[in-house]
Amino acid sequence: MIKVEGLTKVFPGQTIPAVKDLNLEIKEGDVCVLVGPSGCGKTTTMKMINRLYEPTGGKVYIRGEDHMKIDPIKLRLDIGYVIQEIGLFPHMTIYENIATVPNEKKWPREKTKEKVEELMHLVGLDPEIFQNRYPTALSGGQRQRVGVARAMVSDPPIMLMDEPFGAVDPITRARLQNEFLRIQERMSKTIVFVTHDIDEAIKMSDTIAVMNEGELIQHDTPSDLLSAPADEFVANLVGRHRSIKRLHLIRVHEILKEVDRTEPLTEDAKKEEVEKQLEDSDLRTVIVVDRDNKLKGVIGASDLKRKAGEVAGDYCHEVSDTVTDDATLNDALSVMLECGVGYVAVVNEDEMYQGTITLGDLLNVVREDS
Amino acid sequence: MFRTLWVWIGIPLIMIGIVAAMIIYSVNNPTDSIVERMLTYERVFRVIRQHASLLLISMTGATIVGVLGGIMLSRPSLYRAGRVVETIVNIGQTVPSIAILALFYTILGMGFRVAVFALFLYSILPILRNTFAGIDGVDYSIIEAARGMGMHPLRILTKIELPIAFPIIVAGFRTAIVINVGAATLATFIGGGGLGDLIVTGLAVRREMIILNGAALAALSAILLDYLIGKAEERVVKWS
Repeated sequence: MIKVEGLTKVFPGQTIPAVKDLNLEIKEGDVCVLVGPSGCGKTTTMKMINRLYEPTGGKVYIRGEDHMKIDPIKLRLDIGYVIQEIGLFPHMTIYENIATVPNEKKWPREKTKEKVEELMHLVGLDPEIFQNRYPTALSGGQRQRVGVARAMVSDPPIMLMDEPFGAVDPITRARLQNEFLRIQERMSKTIVFVTHDIDEAIKMSDTIAVMNEGELIQHDTPSDLLSAPADEFVANLVGRHRSIKRLHLIRVHEILKEVDRTEPLTEDAKKEEVEKQLEDSDLRTVIVVDRDNKLKGVIGASDLKRKAGEVAGDYCHEVSDTVTDDATLNDALSVMLECGVGYVAVVNEDEMYQGTITLGDLLNVVREDS
Repeated sequence: MFRTLWVWIGIPLIMIGIVAAMIIYSVNNPTDSIVERMLTYERVFRVIRQHASLLLISMTGATIVGVLGGIMLSRPSLYRAGRVVETIVNIGQTVPSIAILALFYTILGMGFRVAVFALFLYSILPILRNTFAGIDGVDYSIIEAARGMGMHPLRILTKIELPIAFPIIVAGFRTAIVINVGAATLATFIGGGGLGDLIVTGLAVRREMIILNGAALAALSAILLDYLIGKAEERVVKWS
């Protein structure tokens, strides 16, 4: 989809090239993350793809076509672009902001409206509430969502994202990343993603391109990068805790199939059933769901003693936190550590109970991999 | 609805009413024969008309030249020149308006046209400076996002840069118009006419009543214009 050959950029008045003889190939539907310390040339590389910077040397091919032969305006209209500062237009409403590219492409009004509303739903902003607001009335996370919606509205096959989640707090950031991955699963765009955060790179990418001082050091899948770093620089970048980093790579639903745990009890199960399952279970806890398979709560040994009642629903207490099935194992681990228990219940988007994973399961994963 | 009427018609009418009442009273109750001769409706309307022409012609020209000049200087290729011009403009602004009029009198002579030309040049300065500063002050990330999404430079100027800079450009226009109303009262010294006529005549014949009427009209036009532009800006700029 995108092929970069011998790409070089020397800024006027400088002798050291910002990007030196870079070769890179990105397959259709892949997320390629450019990662490296600041000043390594990753942003420069990205900006040469949509010709915000003109390359000093080398070629970029978009679907086999030399991008210097495409009119830069036309080229950019077909490449989604998100930057860290977001760059929302303060004098335009959220609707007008997202409609920027459709307006440039002179889409009919109806089509624009339909697409803008669709995109606002996709990034989790209710058009009814938000479309007439101005960017100053939005939180950082909401603005970032608008930025992503604005870049995707005309359905460009390629997206360039420069630290798109850099300016929000860590919790919002993790949520935006998960949402982004969910969207990407459906849309499968070809994405060039720039970040300096190796954890984010591992989590978001199909392939990672590590850059340093304008040169590409290694371009590999995250898994290969972790197990076989090309040199000391890459090894240092991924850090010593590589097995923990692996937890970023695996999603909860991937291991949920393998763990074979007893079915949860419904809230009208008898006390005897609860006692029996409490004996057998490796969790030393019983999960209780309601008739719609929604997570109701858990019962521990102490609940049975302390409370009185006939059925499971009378004994259970609420869980303090859950993870969704598209969260990474790392997210699951942090929930366990935060709640101070050795397990975490997994729910899907609609809060349906999916299963439970334990600290032991995580250990197994790390052990198998290394 | 009632509020809008009040803001746009009520308050301006009250301002005009007060000054009009003062003029009607003065014309009908002159203190002596000199005032009676010097302060007539005909004369008051003539100087108002002259003042309005001075203002309208010089401000129209200054706005066109100032905004276009500011836009040109903010383009990347002229940006350095823009900085230099900004400094020169700031210096030019410190020269007193009467000195400007005097200067053009020595070069171009007397008359209405010379006065208009001097006012025009003097009013360009705040408009040009604010247009340049307003566009220059647009956050670079906004421009970069617009370029990255494929907006044409001309569209970026008209859809992004100018609307964002608009409040600052209007502020420059407001400054210019307030200065212009004041400076136009000095046009009388080089034969340009205007409200200054009343004030200077009043001073020459030492009749406070005439001076006061001229001064009140000049003050009214400055306050009224400033007020109306401010309100218009509030209506247009909804986003900040």
